[in-house]
Amino acid sequence: MIHLSAITRTFHMGDQVVNALSDINLHIASGEYVSIMGPSGSGKSTLLNIIGLLDRPDSGRYELDDRLITDLPETEQAQIRREKIGFVFQSFHLIPRLTAAENIELPLVLSGIPPEQRQIRVNDALQAFELKQRASHRPAELSGGQRQRVAIARATIMRPSVILADEPTGNLDHQIGAEVMALLENLHHGGTTLIVVTHDRELGARAHRQIAMRDGKILTDQTDDAG
Amino acid sequence: MTLVDTLQTSFKTVVSYRVRSLLIILAMALGVAAVVVLTALGDGARQYVINQFSSIGTNLLVVLPGRAETSGSFLGAVLGQTPRDLTLKDAQLLGRLPQVRRYAPLNVGAAELSGANRLREVTVLGSNADLIPIRHMKLAQGGFLAHGTERNAQIVLGAKIANEFFPRSQAIGQRVRLGDSRFIVSGVLAAQGESMGFNTDEIVIIPIDYAQAMFNTTSLFRILIEAKSHNVIEPAKQAILAALKQSHDGEEDITVITQDAILATFDRILHTMTLAVAGIAAISLIVAGILVMNVMLVAVNQRTAEIGLLKAIGATSRDIRRLFFAEAVWLSFAGAILGFLLGQSGSLMLRLAYPQLPAWAPAWASIAGILVALITGVLACLWPASQAARLDAVKALSKR
Repeated sequence: MIHLSAITRTFHMGDQVVNALSDINLHIASGEYVSIMGPSGSGKSTLLNIIGLLDRPDSGRYELDDRLITDLPETEQAQIRREKIGFVFQSFHLIPRLTAAENIELPLVLSGIPPEQRQIRVNDALQAFELKQRASHRPAELSGGQRQRVAIARATIMRPSVILADEPTGNLDHQIGAEVMALLENLHHGGTTLIVVTHDRELGARAHRQIAMRDGKILTDQTDDAG
Repeated sequence: MTLVDTLQTSFKTVVSYRVRSLLIILAMALGVAAVVVLTALGDGARQYVINQFSSIGTNLLVVLPGRAETSGSFLGAVLGQTPRDLTLKDAQLLGRLPQVRRYAPLNVGAAELSGANRLREVTVLGSNADLIPIRHMKLAQGGFLAHGTERNAQIVLGAKIANEFFPRSQAIGQRVRLGDSRFIVSGVLAAQGESMGFNTDEIVIIPIDYAQAMFNTTSLFRILIEAKSHNVIEPAKQAILAALKQSHDGEEDITVITQDAILATFDRILHTMTLAVAGIAAISLIVAGILVMNVMLVAVNQRTAEIGLLKAIGATSRDIRRLFFAEAVWLSFAGAILGFLLGQSGSLMLRLAYPQLPAWAPAWASIAGILVALITGVLACLWPASQAARLDAVKALSKR
C-alpha cells in the first residue's frame, strides 16, 4: 500500500546542506508491522513525516493505495491524513485546554461528522482504551500512560489504515511503555498497518520487519520469518 | 470542519483563555462605549440647542435695521448716512402682508422701576400684545398688554421682578413708577429662566408707544414676525424685503433673519461636531483592533505545536485560518455588544445627571461603533490567521 521510490529530502542549515533522505526506495504492504530504527539524525523521523504527508519530498514518487500522492494539493493531502493516517507522538501532543474526550473527538470534528455520531464513536473509544473514568479530565490531570492512550484513541478514531508512531514510549517508563506498545500491536492484529520509529533496539525488535537507517539511507531491511 | 463546529471550538478557546479574552473584550468595549457616549453627548448638545432655539418661537422671522453685508452697492455707507430706521409704520405695513400671521415691534432700554418702597434698574421691553404668542412666553398671573389698547399705561413684570417688589402681596393692580411715568401692573410673566442668553425673569414689558416716548425715539430695535406656516417662511422673507424696500425709497437697508436658517446652521455645526467626536472615539477602536492583532499573533506563537497537531490529524490550512478568524470574531463581537451596553448605560447616567440634556446616542453611531469594532477585529486577525495557516507542520510539531 505504501510505495516510495527514489525519495530525497534535503534541509539547508545555514550554508550547510543536509541530506535527510537520499534515494529511498521502500514498499510496505497493507497490515505490516514495521519498525524504523537508527541514531538521531539518520532521517527516520523525516521518512515518517513524508509517509504521513506532513512533509513533501524534494524528488521521488510516493504512492499510497496505488494513488500518486506527491503532487496532490494541500487540501487533498489533509483529507488523506484525516482519513487514512493516524499519528502517535512521543510528547502526546494533546491540546491542554480540551478534555480527554474532546481531544479524542477532534479528528471527527475536523471531518465534519455530526455531533450525535461523534458522541457514539468517542464513547466507544473511551471504553476500548479504558478511559471512561477520565473522559472529562484535562491532559494535565492524566498520567503519562493515560495521555498516550488518549493520543492513540485520537489516532484511531477515524479508523485509519496506517498508524505512524514516532517514539511512542519515549516519555514513558518501561512498564507503561510496554502497555502502550501492546495497545498499538493490538491495533496491528486488527489489520492496521503499524510503523514505529524508535532508537530503542528492544522496541524495534518487536516488529516483524525492521528497517535500520543511517545518514538518510536504508542500511538494512530484515523481515522476521517468525512474524 | 463545519461552520458550527468552527464557531463552537473557537468559542471554547476564547472561554478557556479567560483573562486574556476579558482584557481584549474590555479594550474593544471601551472603544465602542466611547463612540456611543460621545455621540450621545454631541447629539444631546445639538438637541438641547435646537430645543432652546425652537422654544423662542415658531416660524419666526426677525427684521432688523441695516444690512449685514460687507460689500455691495449700499450708497448710504458711501455718503456717510446711517441706514434708515425701522419704524412702527414699517411694522404695521408688515403686519398686513398675507404671509404674516402676527407681528410684534420691539424696543429695548433701561429704566428705573420703583414701587412698594423699592427701587431698581430694569431692562424695559416695549412691544404689543402679540409678543406673548410669538415668543412662546407664558403668564403666571393676570393678563398681558390688552389688544388695541396700547395707550393704556399697563406694565407686565418678569417673575423675579414681581417677586422682589411684591413678595407677599398680589402684584396685579399695583401701581409702579417706571422712569417718569406711572403704570398699573396688568400681569406677571411665568418664570422661564435664561433662554438664548436673555433672562425674561428680570424684564418689564410696556406698550410700544410708551417705550418710544420714554426713550425718545421713533425707531424700533427689532420687528418679530410670525409667518402663517412653515412653508411660507421664505416667501414671507421676500415679501418683507420687498415691502420695506418700497417704503424705504427703493433702498434695501434691512436684514431679515429666519429662525429656520439659524436652526439649520446650528444643526449643521453641532452635527459636524458630533461626527468629529465620533471619529476621535473611533480611533480607540482602531487601537483595540491592533491589540486584537497583537494578541492573536501571540496566540499563534503560543499554540504553534497545537497548530502542527491539527495539521497532522487532518486540518486544512483553511480550517486553521477559520479557527483563528472565528476566535477574533467572538472577541470583537463580545467587545462590541458589551461596549454598546456600557455606552447605553453611560448615556443613561448622563441623562440622569443632566435632565435637560437629551443624551441619546443616535442609531447610526451605535451601529457604526459596533460595525467598526467587528471590522477592525476581523481585519486585525487576517494576518495572524494566515500566519497560523502557513505554519510548517513538521517544524510546528517539533516545538515544545
